[in-house]
Amino acid sequence: MTAYLIRRVGQILVTLFLFTTLAFFLIQAQPGSYASFYAFNPDIPPEVKAKIEAAFGLDKPLWQQYLIHLKNYGTGNFGVSFRHYPQSVVDVILERLPRTVMLFLTATVVSFYCGFFLGKAIAWKRGGVLEYTATISGALLFTVFTPWFGLMMIWIFAFKLGWFPLGKFLDPLLWRDATVEANAVFTNMILTAAAVSVFLFIAVLVTRKFARRYQGRTLIPLLGVVALGVTLVWWSSGAGYLALDIVRHMVLPVATLTLISFAGTMLITRNSMLETLREDYIMAARAKGLPEKEVRDRHAARNALLPVVTSFVFSLAFAIDGGVIIEAIFSWPGMGRTLLDAVLSEDLPLAIGAFVFVGVFALAAHLVADVLYVYLDPRIRYQ
Amino acid sequence: MRDQGAINGLVKIRVARLRLAVRGLKSGWTLFASSKIGLLGLGIILSFALLAVAHPILMATVWDATTYDPVTGYAFDQVEQPAPPSWRHLLGTDPLGRDVLSQLMSSTASEFFLGITAALVTVTIATSIGAISAYYGGVVDALFMRLADIIIMLPTISLLIVLTALFGLNLFQLALVLGLLGGFGGTTVVLKSQALTIKVKPYIEAARVAGGSQFHIIFVHIVPNLLPLSLLYMMFTVTAAIFSEAVLSFFGILNIRMSWGIMINTASTGGYLLGGTKFWWLIVPAGASITLLCSAFYLVGRALDEVVNPRLRRQWDS
Repeated sequence: MTAYLIRRVGQILVTLFLFTTLAFFLIQAQPGSYASFYAFNPDIPPEVKAKIEAAFGLDKPLWQQYLIHLKNYGTGNFGVSFRHYPQSVVDVILERLPRTVMLFLTATVVSFYCGFFLGKAIAWKRGGVLEYTATISGALLFTVFTPWFGLMMIWIFAFKLGWFPLGKFLDPLLWRDATVEANAVFTNMILTAAAVSVFLFIAVLVTRKFARRYQGRTLIPLLGVVALGVTLVWWSSGAGYLALDIVRHMVLPVATLTLISFAGTMLITRNSMLETLREDYIMAARAKGLPEKEVRDRHAARNALLPVVTSFVFSLAFAIDGGVIIEAIFSWPGMGRTLLDAVLSEDLPLAIGAFVFVGVFALAAHLVADVLYVYLDPRIRYQ
Repeated sequence: MRDQGAINGLVKIRVARLRLAVRGLKSGWTLFASSKIGLLGLGIILSFALLAVAHPILMATVWDATTYDPVTGYAFDQVEQPAPPSWRHLLGTDPLGRDVLSQLMSSTASEFFLGITAALVTVTIATSIGAISAYYGGVVDALFMRLADIIIMLPTISLLIVLTALFGLNLFQLALVLGLLGGFGGTTVVLKSQALTIKVKPYIEAARVAGGSQFHIIFVHIVPNLLPLSLLYMMFTVTAAIFSEAVLSFFGILNIRMSWGIMINTASTGGYLLGGTKFWWLIVPAGASITLLCSAFYLVGRALDEVVNPRLRRQWDS
């Protein structure tokens, strides 16, 4: 298992290197250079232009520029944003990265669970009304034009019904008198969410050894206690209403992202289940007289999970792209919004920086998915 | 010079092959037609194709260019723009006074062009590379598969946003980029694993024993057997291509005159979106068209999946 993971990490590092190289060539291949952004004015004398070029290292041969580029990216120096002038690119990005991570993680986990459960159900009862409606609505949601769908969600739930805010990250009126920074509150929220998920994961692992009936009986009260505890801690810290404001802004983008990405998991689970159901051990399990639910959940679904996780690894890039679009629609100030704004205002250093960070984020997500895969598939562990 | 008997024999073999192909197509069609969602998808695609064909005919006969041109036209017969649907403008006009139905129909042709170009590029590259790397294995295989791994991890939309910002892509260039990304990316991996199962079949051995060259074996024996699966992935590529184009035009960063994404962009930048149902003709036709055409190709793909992959077929015994 460790050998496999080390090999994967090595591959991902090579990919990262190629990725930064791609960024360099993208910058080089565009007409003009960074210096021409500053020295665009025809009144600037040639010697000043030469000085600006020297400051960017543009007077050096290409291979030296490439080495400088690699060194800069390796040390996290992505230059200064044109639009947010005194701020460096990394500062702008680091401020916005957690928001993207949170949006993406919540939506991915929720959509994976929903997709898996629905896919299991429709494969079990073939030919019913449920299968047709789920397949067609799943395919529609999978292929729906994401910006249009996002706008419709805003129009229905935010504009007509008024349940959620129209977009953005927080409500300025509410935060005017707040003494804490939004990002500090948000970081604490991420930490809380991470702690709760780790705790629940361990609880599930421990109770898995119990019989099926007892697992539910222990987990549900435990969940209640944890929810109560988290609420109390946030309530007493005084920043609870601020956190609630951020959560209120998060619901609609997360729901939209979940809706557009659960269908892929659902359809693949369905196919994988259909293949698993033909295996002999399913017939054996039925012949033993096991209850149908037991056959479905413990014998079929567990074995059908593997291809789903494989395709999940492939669909991560899709989910990240969906996140970029959703952020742009909901004015959620994360990486996707930053990338698009930078592109529209021709802020090239920020655009390339955001692009590299989105790529690094995708690579990290793939690494996590790989670890998960190794954990699920014993055949890889023994290779 | 060949004698008549040999030529007759060759003709007979050709005819027999043709018959076999027709029979294969027929049984494939029966399987495909048994799936309702596949027929639904095919119906949607055909009706959009009809729209695309009808547009130039209508422009040449009934619609005059000053009023109905999708980009430069202006509906002088309407007092207020955007005008709601009427008999002269079946889907109304947009904020700039252009006929929405004409825009919708003229965009259909370019969506088909984009989707089919991207799909052809993808499938040509993916099928040949899949067959070649399955046949040779070793260094060639490792090289192409690692490249595919990298491309799979790239966030496509973000890459396209950066590319359009730097170079300003037009429709054909976009199709080419999408085709290359698809062809060297995920599709190759799938086709290669299929080619691996073909490579060990007895008829490949037989061809080798009969003295077939490597080129002959790859392109006459392996590639034709990959084609059904390639066709399936063509459908998925078309969906992805149309979707990407629509997203990029919606952001207003593509170098294209008119498309469904641009129609939504026009409505959105004009501030007509939160008018909701009041200005429905500005957003619903274009959005629904993108969704419908994308899901139609996807549904056809799913139905083909059942034809190509026998394990997915409905079991009658249980």
